[in-house]
Amino acid sequence: MAKVAMKVNGKSVSREVEGRTLLVQFLREDLRLTGTHVGCDTSQCGACLVHVNGEAVKSCTMFAAEADGAEVTTIEAMANDDGSLNTVQQAFQDYHGLQCGFCTPGMVMSATALLKDNPKPSEREIREYLQGNICRCTGYHNIIKAIMAASGQDVASVAAE
Amino acid sequence: MPKDTGIGASSKRREDVRFLTGNGRYTDDINIYGQTYVHFLRSDVAHGRITSIDTSAAESMPGVVRVFTGKDFEGIGGLPCGWLVTDKHGQPMKEPAHPVLAQGKVRHVGDPIAAVVAESLAEARDAAEAIMVDIEELPAVVDMKKALESGASKVHDDLADNLCFDWGFVEENREAVDNAIANSAHVTTLELVNNRLVANPMEPRVAVGEYNRSDDMSTLHTTSQNPHVIRLLMGAFVLGIPEHKLRVVAPDVGGGFGTKIFHYAEEAFCTFASRQVQRPVKWTSTRSEAFMSDAQGRDHVTKIELGLDADNNFTALRCLTYANMGAYLSTFASCTPTWLHGTLLAGNYKTPLIYTNVKAVFTNTVPVDAYRGAGRPEATFQIERVIDKAARELGVDPIKLRRQNFITEFPYATPVAVEYDTGDYVATMDKLEEIADIAGFAARRAESEKNGKLRGLGVNCYIEACGIAPSKLVGQLGARAGLYDAATVRVNATGSISVMVGAHSHGQGHETAFPQVVAEMLGIPEDQIDIVHGDTSKIPFGMGTYGSRSLAVCGSAMVRATEKIINKAKKIAAHLMEASEADIELKNGQFTVAGTDKSVAWGDVTLAAYVPHNYPLEDIEPGLEETAFYDPSNFTYPSGAYCCELELDPETGKVTIERFSAADDFGNIINPMIVSGQVHGGIAQGIGQALLENCAYDPETGQLLSASYMDYAMPRADDVPFYAVDHSCQTPCTHNPLGVKGCGEAGAIGSPPAVINAVLDALNSGGHKVEHINMPATPSRVWAAMQG
Repeated sequence: MAKVAMKVNGKSVSREVEGRTLLVQFLREDLRLTGTHVGCDTSQCGACLVHVNGEAVKSCTMFAAEADGAEVTTIEAMANDDGSLNTVQQAFQDYHGLQCGFCTPGMVMSATALLKDNPKPSEREIREYLQGNICRCTGYHNIIKAIMAASGQDVASVAAE
Repeated sequence: MPKDTGIGASSKRREDVRFLTGNGRYTDDINIYGQTYVHFLRSDVAHGRITSIDTSAAESMPGVVRVFTGKDFEGIGGLPCGWLVTDKHGQPMKEPAHPVLAQGKVRHVGDPIAAVVAESLAEARDAAEAIMVDIEELPAVVDMKKALESGASKVHDDLADNLCFDWGFVEENREAVDNAIANSAHVTTLELVNNRLVANPMEPRVAVGEYNRSDDMSTLHTTSQNPHVIRLLMGAFVLGIPEHKLRVVAPDVGGGFGTKIFHYAEEAFCTFASRQVQRPVKWTSTRSEAFMSDAQGRDHVTKIELGLDADNNFTALRCLTYANMGAYLSTFASCTPTWLHGTLLAGNYKTPLIYTNVKAVFTNTVPVDAYRGAGRPEATFQIERVIDKAARELGVDPIKLRRQNFITEFPYATPVAVEYDTGDYVATMDKLEEIADIAGFAARRAESEKNGKLRGLGVNCYIEACGIAPSKLVGQLGARAGLYDAATVRVNATGSISVMVGAHSHGQGHETAFPQVVAEMLGIPEDQIDIVHGDTSKIPFGMGTYGSRSLAVCGSAMVRATEKIINKAKKIAAHLMEASEADIELKNGQFTVAGTDKSVAWGDVTLAAYVPHNYPLEDIEPGLEETAFYDPSNFTYPSGAYCCELELDPETGKVTIERFSAADDFGNIINPMIVSGQVHGGIAQGIGQALLENCAYDPETGQLLSASYMDYAMPRADDVPFYAVDHSCQTPCTHNPLGVKGCGEAGAIGSPPAVINAVLDALNSGGHKVEHINMPATPSRVWAAMQG
């Protein structure tokens, strides 16, 4: 067992965990932050994507112990302070960028990381950036539109309904 | 002017808020006090005899609560098949036992042999490593035709061979079809494979079993599309638990696509084991387990022949299909290649004579069952590929050949036992030509060729049969369940409404779309209405969601129940206003007396129903709650025309989809935004089948080769384009109250042939005489085809 301490969604937490505990298990099972999902076991699907020290990280590829001392942000902390959806979340709702919702937390975290680095990404740049996030429901059409809209771009001119 | 509420409005989805903030409640998010964890030890060989299992070391490992093997399930029922197919000789299909844990033999990689229940998942996994299993390996059968050869290794020792059934449809037409093909001016023949797929909803399956000693109640929380079906099958056929002592809950479910319809061994295990160990038992599938335990899809090998007369009218269609069942019969495995496939072989065309023969085969592979479209994509792919091949052979335009043979008059009775109520195939094709700008293709091709690329355009049509029904008919065809659905509309005293529905939403947006219908009928705001689904202790007995049936079947039940509510509410309003019931009108949430200015609000009437101080108690009961069961009189028949335009790099064989257009006729539409989303997702899955996805087994050993996302190519965001979808062609269904047809599977049915037709168009435009290419058309396959 190892003691890990980190700041998750602005709150300091510490727990004793087994060395093999993945960050995603720590979030889901120890902290009960079940918004972060597990969709595969080969770090392909991106459903578990969170931010660690501001960087997009698949939390299944990292041991909880490796995040010791880090600042971790999960989907649970993304809404505005008054509880309303933030710009990216709102765009996903407005443009129907989700169906079953399972990949969605990872998609929102990934899109947020993209927009931080590239505030006005092109369609191609968004598609390439999202290679690490698999969605089985939407065919990506409305996810791409949502991210373009969240970055203030004209969506109607690039894609039909 | 688009509406902003009610039927036809693109209401934003209310369920999105919880999903976008991490507040969804999926089955794996459920943790019950005192719960244990199960890990299944699965076979790593495709076929073998279990000679010994020694669990003693595992039993003494830390944290182990109990180890189960097949022995613990002796005398307990196996997993049942829900559809009895009768073969062409009138004999029932073969139904081998499907034990919860392997008994004597393992029959596919992933077949569960033993299960360790422990305090933690890690301890369960560690202990499973310590179970000693000796398996005498047997030759595996993988290829279907080889599996039927005499002397082939038998998947099930108690059966004569590996043939599950040999089905002919319509058997009485066989000779007439043979004669018509023999006498046709031209016959086009095509042999093709409909590749095996893995449904891959992003949420892996999960089951949590819980037993409560105080009331002898078992509860199963599971990732299901149809909790009542699971309760019925598991309770009655497997575990022998009466329905009033069994509750099945399917909370937020992260996608289904068919593979979460079926009743699985892990569900029965967790329910059973929770009673044995007197603690909750939780199983969470890994993705690797999902690849070897979720029922897979498609896997047909087909020879199809299309006869045409001298004027290019279709004369007859004949097809022979080998359909892979895998090692066991999954819940609806037998109806997919038969009734959901054979009945669709008329497609959109007035082919007068059709015969199909389907041989269903057991192999040492994961069971195969319905996956998005289920039989209908297989039928569509055959028809639309053979038509394109015929057009090329005859030197005619493939769109023109289709148009010439379209069914144009409705209702239309096909030679394969179904009657299309409505449709307008000319209109959807016209719309497709417009939105795909087919007229502009030649210029785009010239531009591609300037850049050293080949450009291809492929078109196809499809017809779908949704909302499988009526129960009386499907019972005659072998279904072991009814296919109605149910809804209870519970109006509360203050006028808000809970609608309990048998349909289950796992991405389809029922929580938003269903209230739009009730809101329209009552004239009250949508946010006054909530949908309750997914819990057998809360909802009426409904059959769940698959086959694009939710709105057409369950939505119709909801309309009927709401009509009963309106009728009763009018009686109450008439009493309150001292008027005749016949004069009462309901509009915008107000009851009025025709020709007067008298009115009472919706809330006044609902309050009176529950506080019946001034109420006609001698005529009607208090309260305002109604249930309706709805059994449709026919399938619904959505249809459409799809177009794929792609560029092909002749240097590498890589295909890039440049445009994809879909013109669908779904009848009336409740929420256009949700409908478009359904089509988008279906198209991506169809493109995935056509270009990327393939579930592959080693042909000798039966090892699963594509067992993770490293090897199974899921469509990613950069594999697909923006789609142009249109559903303005609307011929409403004539036999359900909403005139709706269903839209969930269309995209996956309509897109694979368009993609492959486009690949072949590109290849032939470059001078490569390629007649067919099997899916997925990967760069290596395309490149190989170009080399002749």
